[in-house]
Amino acid sequence: MLAVSALAGTAFAVGPGMAAYAAVPEKAEVCLTCHGENGQSQTENIPSLGAQQPAYTLIQLYMFREKLRTSEIMNGIAKDLTDDDLRTLSDFIGTLPKPQPPADAGDPARMAAAKALVDKEHCNSCHSADFSGRDNIPRLANQREDYLLQTLRDYKSNKRAGYDGTMAEVLGPITDAQIVELAYYMARVRP
Amino acid sequence: MAYRTAFLRRTALAGLVGLMTLSAAAQEAKQPLPPGSALIGRPENPEAAKLAPVSAPPLPTAADKLPTAKLHLPPGFSIEVYASGVGNARSLREGTKGTVFVGSRLLDKVYAITPNDHKVKVIASGLHRPNGVAFHDGTLYIAELSQISKIDNIEDTLDNPAKPTVIYSDLPKDEAHGWKFISIGPDNRLYIPVGQPGNNEPRDPDHAQIRRINLDGSGAEVVAIGVRNTVGFDWSPVSKELYFTDNGRDWMSEDVPEDKLNRLTKAHEDFGVPYCYQGNISDPEFGWGHSCSDYTPPVALMGAHTAALGMRFYAGSMFPAEYKDAIFVARHGSWNRSKKLGGDVVVVKLNKDGSVKSIEPFLTGFIADNNYLGRPVDVQPLKDGSLLVSDDWNGAVYRVTYKGKGK
Repeated sequence: MLAVSALAGTAFAVGPGMAAYAAVPEKAEVCLTCHGENGQSQTENIPSLGAQQPAYTLIQLYMFREKLRTSEIMNGIAKDLTDDDLRTLSDFIGTLPKPQPPADAGDPARMAAAKALVDKEHCNSCHSADFSGRDNIPRLANQREDYLLQTLRDYKSNKRAGYDGTMAEVLGPITDAQIVELAYYMARVRP
Repeated sequence: MAYRTAFLRRTALAGLVGLMTLSAAAQEAKQPLPPGSALIGRPENPEAAKLAPVSAPPLPTAADKLPTAKLHLPPGFSIEVYASGVGNARSLREGTKGTVFVGSRLLDKVYAITPNDHKVKVIASGLHRPNGVAFHDGTLYIAELSQISKIDNIEDTLDNPAKPTVIYSDLPKDEAHGWKFISIGPDNRLYIPVGQPGNNEPRDPDHAQIRRINLDGSGAEVVAIGVRNTVGFDWSPVSKELYFTDNGRDWMSEDVPEDKLNRLTKAHEDFGVPYCYQGNISDPEFGWGHSCSDYTPPVALMGAHTAALGMRFYAGSMFPAEYKDAIFVARHGSWNRSKKLGGDVVVVKLNKDGSVKSIEPFLTGFIADNNYLGRPVDVQPLKDGSLLVSDDWNGAVYRVTYKGKGK
């Protein structure tokens, strides 16, 4: 929790489930409102942020601020953030607990078939064997299924250009039916 | 020079290592992989699985955190920060009036650094991977991923520049190796590379080439083929021949193929990709039925996966005579290798006939504990003879000067 204690945020009322954090940066309160206080989003199409890689989060916040990634709400929220805010927020978000897998472990046959696809497409190379990500490559494990589905479709259609174009390339030959299975798997995987 | 000996020995060794690992690579080539994926050809190996391309952070490093104190140069040279806050600084160009133009690849911006106070101004934004910049007769040329545009009279309008006007857009839109270095040759034509659309792809008529166009966008023609991904070229002040760096493929092995320095001596010359890499390795997948001897070999090997990018001939007078007409090459540094290699600027000295005499380290120290402190992308000699170096990792431009030995 070093990163948190070093942050220049002000302590605010600790809500349920937030006892683990000494101080939440003031500007992070608005994040937690929609993205969930325990790193786990309970809201449709809004991603869980828990234990997300700080370098990845920083890139996304930067892209929201500069309108390189489009989301009306996020573009508005990020508009006035300073460079230091981006650093503080992404470091803080990395300290939130990782999202938990859903109670539904998934259909074993579907999970096995999806795992074969994941292995074949090497998702577990850049995103790490346990899908925790690394540096600028995001954590995927137990992300919300609806968000994963939307994101993969947006990368494939180039609606979301991405920071370096890697995902558009990788998804080129992947069908929509396969995208559905990838999202199903990543949301439920128990690494 | 110790480095050179090691370099040559490693080159010889690399050939052997290559032979030993090719059968494994050939087996892996059978696996179907998505076109364009950086993972094409990746072997099933836990150590290989740890390797992934790394992206530079979007925010530039603060001036007082830049790594200049950790960098090394030959005696008599020194380095200083020319400008910080140049997010994702990539290709460099100097204008007639001393403005330095800087492209970016991960951001959407082209910058100008003013000549006297080195203030950084964004002169164009909202662009798609504006990596390449060139300058000619007062006009700035910008290369985005799939189009070339220009801004006239740019140095007189830095505070209120016109929007770039597109002059050429007949280019593929592939993200892989789609970002471009551009330059204007002694023939007053604009040279544009079109990289392979992935790590190791079949040959097609639209990729793996260098084209040139007239400065109004007309008259496009292909001048070189079999070029995987060149991100730096320049013309010899002596022979006027085009020299260019080319990045070798990934995943063949830790030590081969090496990146290349090539020389173009006739139009439409074929440099071998994807059939032949580094001049003497037949590609395990595409090489069948082809011979490396059918293609123009490199004039030098630049190290495995080192990402030899921007390069310029040095025609200035500040540096000692041994650097005259030598080539400075920025090596961005490897990702597809367990122990990082490159991440420096080397100087390539030539013989009278244009062949390579030596490759020596020049600016080093960007790798510490197998991590990058910075990553050089391009070099640009200024009119005063000093040398600029861009660093996209830190979003900075450095200036190397020579004050003489003993100072």
